[in-house]
Amino acid sequence: MFKDSLFKYFAIFCTSIGLIVLALLLFDIFSKGLTRIDWDFITNLPSRRPERAGILTALFGMMWIVTLTILIACPIGIAAAVYLEEYSSKNRFAKFIEINISNLAGVPSIIYGILGLEVFVRLLKLGNSVLAGSLTLSLLVLPVIIVATREAIKSVPNSLREASIGLGATPWQTIQRIVLPACFGSILTGIILAISRAVGETAPLIVVGALVYVPFVPQTPMDQFTVLPIQIFNWTSRPQHGFVVNAAAGIIILLLFVFLLNSIAIILRNRHNKRVKY
Amino acid sequence: MYKLEARDIQLYYGQKHALKGISMAIKPNTVTAFIGPSGCGKSTFLRCFNRMNDLIDTCRIEGEILIDGRDIYKDRINVVDHRKKIGMVFQKPNPFPKSIFENVAYGLRINGITHKKFLEETVERSLRQAALWDEVKDDLKKSALALSGGQQQRLCIARTLAVEPSVILMDEPCSALDPISTAKVEELIHELKNKYTIVMVTHNMQQAARVSDRTAFFYLGELIEYDDTPTIFTNPAKEATQNYVTGRFG
Repeated sequence: MFKDSLFKYFAIFCTSIGLIVLALLLFDIFSKGLTRIDWDFITNLPSRRPERAGILTALFGMMWIVTLTILIACPIGIAAAVYLEEYSSKNRFAKFIEINISNLAGVPSIIYGILGLEVFVRLLKLGNSVLAGSLTLSLLVLPVIIVATREAIKSVPNSLREASIGLGATPWQTIQRIVLPACFGSILTGIILAISRAVGETAPLIVVGALVYVPFVPQTPMDQFTVLPIQIFNWTSRPQHGFVVNAAAGIIILLLFVFLLNSIAIILRNRHNKRVKY
Repeated sequence: MYKLEARDIQLYYGQKHALKGISMAIKPNTVTAFIGPSGCGKSTFLRCFNRMNDLIDTCRIEGEILIDGRDIYKDRINVVDHRKKIGMVFQKPNPFPKSIFENVAYGLRINGITHKKFLEETVERSLRQAALWDEVKDDLKKSALALSGGQQQRLCIARTLAVEPSVILMDEPCSALDPISTAKVEELIHELKNKYTIVMVTHNMQQAARVSDRTAFFYLGELIEYDDTPTIFTNPAKEATQNYVTGRFG
């Protein structure tokens, strides 16, 4: 009896450690950075002087990177998942690919950065461009998207496929009209979670040459760029107190962005679960 | 001329020999019932007629299946077109997560038919044929998943009828339904016989006796006996059949 309640309090203690640390972190950041956030902070270009510095280029760089990453990674990821689930026969080769994709999802992001540097920046001569950064991040999120999409496709009951095939639909018609619409919500959830991971990535983008000081907003995919996490990273390494405040403010913006993406994912999932029951 | 003909069908799932040399001929506009204990191969055999077994990787099949005299495994047949002529109703009602209208129209839409009037007419005719029209005519836009189990199964039958097949395969169509819904579906089968050739798998002896003209008894992957339904139930040639239909085993 004593042991039981002891364990209960121990478990409560462990749970609260995580929450307390998070709360302290949030409190620290908000107390430092909240007052710094205003319209100028968002629309100003980077500057030597902390009180005049803003995150405009980083914000736009992030938008560029996110948009391009979605455009590159989603079609490839969904198509790969559809192939693996619906077309490939379940032989040794398919198993081999499956294990490899799961492993790729766990590879440290810096490795993708080095790969991106070698292949996209140097071999394909894309330079330190938005495109090179997006391609690198696409590689990073591709395994996550593939795994999530496969799970979603697996959840569609086989009886629906049989019904469609039995009516004389081709496999592609079945996938396009029955399977994908039935699991669209879960696929979208997976994609958004993958993207929100990509938004916070710093290491691979530093490796492929995202700059810390970009005095202009990228106009084309071939322009140089920076993103919010790198801007924050840069500010935290400056000695002046003003930049620390800037970093805190930048973190708040980044947190809001990730929080927004995750909320959309949760809303979509709930709505989808309510709509489709088998 | 026979509508369906199977000649010495051998079917393997990997190493397992599931169907052992089955031959059978089915006349047009009849109802044929397949009976036998679970795992005897009757559903597998049914699925040979629309090549549904193709979806299983490890499945291998030998022999000939002729539909209107054409071998569907040998000739350079277009499997997709072939399946349009052979409708199938499954054990568990499996409507698509779409509206009632779209469920019935699905078979037409995948053929590229978009003519609104034609779609509406076909949907109504099919639902009437499946004896469902009066119950759903005001709710065609509603999700098919909101219907009861029996209604869903009749919707699945309507969906099959919409593409105008000549043969309908039914794999235990009433096993998930209550007695009233079952009676409706059986009545329906009786009417559909005039236009279609129906082959059904059933675990229900009374159902086989009530609705079918011919009955085939399967046991351990073999066709034990195939004869007129009254003969199978009252005066079968084989002892195994006699034991099964009287409920002494199985």
